[in-house]
Amino acid sequence: MNGRANSETAAAKKVDAQMTHEITGNRLLKKSWHMLFYKEVLRFRRVSFQTVAAPVIMALLYLLIFSHALGKVSVFGDRVSYTAFLVPGLIMMSVLQNAFANTSSSLIQSKMAGNMIFFLLAPITPWGFFLAYVLAGVLRGVVVGFGVWLAALYFAPELWRPVSPGWVIAFGFLGGAILAMLGVIAGLWSEKFDQLATFQNFIIMPMTFLSGVFYSVHSLPDFWFKASHLNPFFYMIDGFRYGFFGESDVSPWLNLTFVGIVCVVLTWGTWALIARGWKLRI
Amino acid sequence: MTCAVEFQAVSRRFGELQALDDISFQIAPGEFFGLLGPNGAGKTTLISVLGGLVRPDSGRAFVMGHDVTTDYLNSRRSLGVVPQEVVFDPFLTVRETLRFQAGYFGLRRVDDWIDEILHHLSLTDKADKNMRTLSGGMKRRVLVGQALVHKPPVIVLDEPTAGVDVELRHALWAFISRLNKEGHTILLTTHYLQEAETLCDRIAMLKLGRVVALDHKQKLLSPFEMMMVRLTAARVPVSWLPRLRGAEGQSFLIELKSLDELEALLAALRADNIAIKDLQVEQTDLEQVFLRLTGSGEALLPTEIRQGESS
Repeated sequence: MNGRANSETAAAKKVDAQMTHEITGNRLLKKSWHMLFYKEVLRFRRVSFQTVAAPVIMALLYLLIFSHALGKVSVFGDRVSYTAFLVPGLIMMSVLQNAFANTSSSLIQSKMAGNMIFFLLAPITPWGFFLAYVLAGVLRGVVVGFGVWLAALYFAPELWRPVSPGWVIAFGFLGGAILAMLGVIAGLWSEKFDQLATFQNFIIMPMTFLSGVFYSVHSLPDFWFKASHLNPFFYMIDGFRYGFFGESDVSPWLNLTFVGIVCVVLTWGTWALIARGWKLRI
Repeated sequence: MTCAVEFQAVSRRFGELQALDDISFQIAPGEFFGLLGPNGAGKTTLISVLGGLVRPDSGRAFVMGHDVTTDYLNSRRSLGVVPQEVVFDPFLTVRETLRFQAGYFGLRRVDDWIDEILHHLSLTDKADKNMRTLSGGMKRRVLVGQALVHKPPVIVLDEPTAGVDVELRHALWAFISRLNKEGHTILLTTHYLQEAETLCDRIAMLKLGRVVALDHKQKLLSPFEMMMVRLTAARVPVSWLPRLRGAEGQSFLIELKSLDELEALLAALRADNIAIKDLQVEQTDLEQVFLRLTGSGEALLPTEIRQGESS
């Protein structure tokens, strides 16, 4: 570009060759965001005991305790055992919580450590940023969910073959994406771990627990039955459960519509925040 | 010719604070440019505009002709920034840090180049160590490596030698000078005037978000070309008292208009039979220029006070 010395090595020239072309428009540079995605995956893989194994154990403890305590509860007119009923809810809860935890904790850690500038200074578009974080969050959620499913087969072997795997995959992915996006928003918003914990303990946890993970909403008193229908998490878990049993509290298409709308709105919102550089660029 | 860096009337306000106030200047390709200023002058804010970390309220900035807002992908590819704070990713080794940084710029399979950078920064034996285990100085070197990994034509260093030991400081100076000789444009912010004086071609001085001086190093110094003589003696000849600019015990600071006046001073000392215990000629340096222009401190105490004390 400007009178460089001619003593360049082959390695240096190789870099020049990759950097010569100009980028036109706001093109999404695959290579750039792939690297950010890979870094996000590496981050949770490096501490997989804490990020993958621990949540699986946690879900199994829930399974043991609740199925032991409530094993006689009747769901879906006794066509499904309570333990089997519980498993998809626990898988989905794990997917959701871990997708959220991954994006939010990664962002707040980067913020605290100040190392966010490494990719803020890089030619990564808002979509690249979005995809890298959200997909890494979904991946962790799915890996943990898969782990819970495998372990739970010991208690409910009939679940080894979901009735319609398409629904399982669709709701697992969309639910993970929604929570990963919420995690991005929470991570961007929080300035301290304390604030993030507030988000997690006062919004995410109650909404997951009150969404029908541990019970069928039909067993609830009228008020709570109606209130549950305002909780987006209910639709994710209900739709996911439909994939396993072919039975759910509401129609899977209604679930999909609702979850789809939330997903689209959040995608737009999260992207807009990143594009504006909300709490990232001053 | 495209400027390496260009600011066009860049302003930015943070609440009550006018951090950047209508800043305009250009840096030519290949230049070694210094940005000087006291704390809070806006140096870091200004260079953050280049990387897109700070968005100006008005005005535009360009790196190698690319607008940092509308053509940010190309402007960021042309720019390497060494931040002031020592920051790192605790999950990564030194090599991974550089590999990921290269990847963020779209570079693949450039391990040979990374090896070369590691070698130049004397980090080869630390390549596979986790970032956490490195000393502060080592971490700072990795930051320099990260800024260089995509071979940007423009390199910005934000106080690279702040809190760095003498040895590493000189190693960094040599390294940065070499980069400049190889054709990289360097923009350096610093507190250390000696650093700017030794390294930079042109210097801009910033105060409260405004450029208060911008010129070649030599020109910036020329209006202040008087000299100071530090004389150690029992007293100062009476005729020279108006020139006294500082006194501490038997050590006196005397202003000369030029070197020729030294002879007259020596003659006056002989005439009064004053024995010279020590005599040192001090050239004006950037520090004095800087302090006069920014008025943020007193390199030389105001003449009135000193005269009052000594008479």
